Amino acid sequence: MPETLSGSGAVDTMSAADIDRELAGLDALELAGHERKSLGSRTWSATWPKLIAIGLVIGGWELVSLSNWKSDHILPGPRVVLGQLWTSLTDGTYFHSDVIPATLQRAAIGYLAAVLIGTVVGATLSQIKLLRTGVASLITGLQTMPSVLWYPAALVLFGLNDNAILFVVIIGAAPSVAAGIMSGADQVHPLLLRAGRVLGANKFQLWRQVVFPASMPAVVSGLKQGWAFAWRSLMAGELLGASIGKGGIGGLVDNARTFSDYNNMYAAMTLILIFGVIVDAIFNVAEKNVNRRRGLIDVAGA
Amino acid sequence: MLDRLTMSSNGTSPDGKVPSAASISQPAAATAVQITSVSKVFGSGSSGVHALDRVSLDAKVGEFVCLIGASGCGKSTLLNLVAGLDTPTSGDLEVNGRTGLMFQESALFPWLTVAQNIEMALKLSGTPKRERKGRVEQLLASVHLADFGPKRPHELSGGMRQRVALARAFAQDADVLLMDEPFGALDAMTRDLLHDELERLWSDRSFTVLFVTHNVREAARLADRVVLLSSRPGRVAHEFKNDIPRPRRIDDPTVTAMSAEITAKLREEVARHA
Repeated sequence: MPETLSGSGAVDTMSAADIDRELAGLDALELAGHERKSLGSRTWSATWPKLIAIGLVIGGWELVSLSNWKSDHILPGPRVVLGQLWTSLTDGTYFHSDVIPATLQRAAIGYLAAVLIGTVVGATLSQIKLLRTGVASLITGLQTMPSVLWYPAALVLFGLNDNAILFVVIIGAAPSVAAGIMSGADQVHPLLLRAGRVLGANKFQLWRQVVFPASMPAVVSGLKQGWAFAWRSLMAGELLGASIGKGGIGGLVDNARTFSDYNNMYAAMTLILIFGVIVDAIFNVAEKNVNRRRGLIDVAGA
Repeated sequence: MLDRLTMSSNGTSPDGKVPSAASISQPAAATAVQITSVSKVFGSGSSGVHALDRVSLDAKVGEFVCLIGASGCGKSTLLNLVAGLDTPTSGDLEVNGRTGLMFQESALFPWLTVAQNIEMALKLSGTPKRERKGRVEQLLASVHLADFGPKRPHELSGGMRQRVALARAFAQDADVLLMDEPFGALDAMTRDLLHDELERLWSDRSFTVLFVTHNVREAARLADRVVLLSSRPGRVAHEFKNDIPRPRRIDDPTVTAMSAEITAKLREEVARHA
């Protein structure tokens, strides 16, 4: 196409081929040295600092246990606890329907409901400026309230069952999700909105094609924080024995303490920690992907 | 716009010149943009700011008009009005055909690849899905970025991003291309090359350009006509006809002489505010 244009006699001193070559030269110079590292090396560089940190924690634990500060009965060393964890994982104790499956089911239902409610509330408020000025501060207030404080009310309202736990999980997590969506919508660069309107987007298209994708980094942070709140609320609920019969992993911790089975108590705590670390890692990958695509992470560091 | 570019490459036009749709029906004097006594006031009462005061200006189909002026002359406001992003407080504004707008920053969507950014413009202007891929490739080739479709905007240099923005503006099939200091943030060398590039893409005069700039030499390099706006409130202070034969170069003595003439007038205008 360019060649034909110049062929029409409009441009002769500076031929299209010249422009092409000079531009290509500039482009090549500008882009030099921006190669991304391979998946293997990225995974490794994200993993080894974690392995060292875990090693340090276990080492410290072992030292405390060897120092005989507390008896081995109430503070067993890492070898005993990790051994217990392994046994419970392999002999099926943890996979009994009222342990891990019960917890995961509550986590999934509660978190999904919180995401749904948080999204609807956040999206609605971000569109209605008047309403949001007032409600936004309420949402921040909700976020600062320790979720465990909701349990007395939840137990009175719903009784000793899953609904009480789900209520607290939702009330703990939904505000973070809503706050993420609102701050995301606030931070959309006005120039991108202008660009969208210039390109002919109507109000809905502007929301769907510009506002929503532009707010993704904040939305993902909100989802991640929401998960952390959901998980804490859930563990608190299970620990308090808010659901009779199906204690879940949190219930296991309380049970083990009641029966002075401290190996099992620490093993269940370790399981909860491991689960938290894994989910956090998943959110981190999602967060990094979203940010890298938008050029929000230094290429060399990602 | 692209259709016309494509037409020329197919050789459908016998004399090698590509007449625009508008110039076929109304030859020579057809007007692309007609601005009649347009004023724009931001705010109201005594605190209101007169951004534009009874500005009258028109651009013929295929004309390249540069708007130049010191800060506060309402250049960007004027482009926003023509683009339909804002409405004038008073006066008449008529635009024949679709408008496309390019900013100083590329304003590409950072979550989309280069190709997807252009496809978005096609999608929003109603191009059927099956035609989009081919047109995206054509548009990228027209700004010499054929191989960069899968890249993301942040992976490109500023000059490359502006070329993508240019391709995106072309994707809108605009009859009037509005450019708001599009090369203002680029280094001199890249800017010179993009002048050549823009002149080449526009050389069949199939679209009209309204180009806002601070850079007098850039205006002398590109425009058929340079319109000098006075500041606070913005008014048309002077017009310069620029008949320097094309293609031009930024260092042509004629271009230099022209920019000296414009600069002298611009300084007079600025000095009035002292």
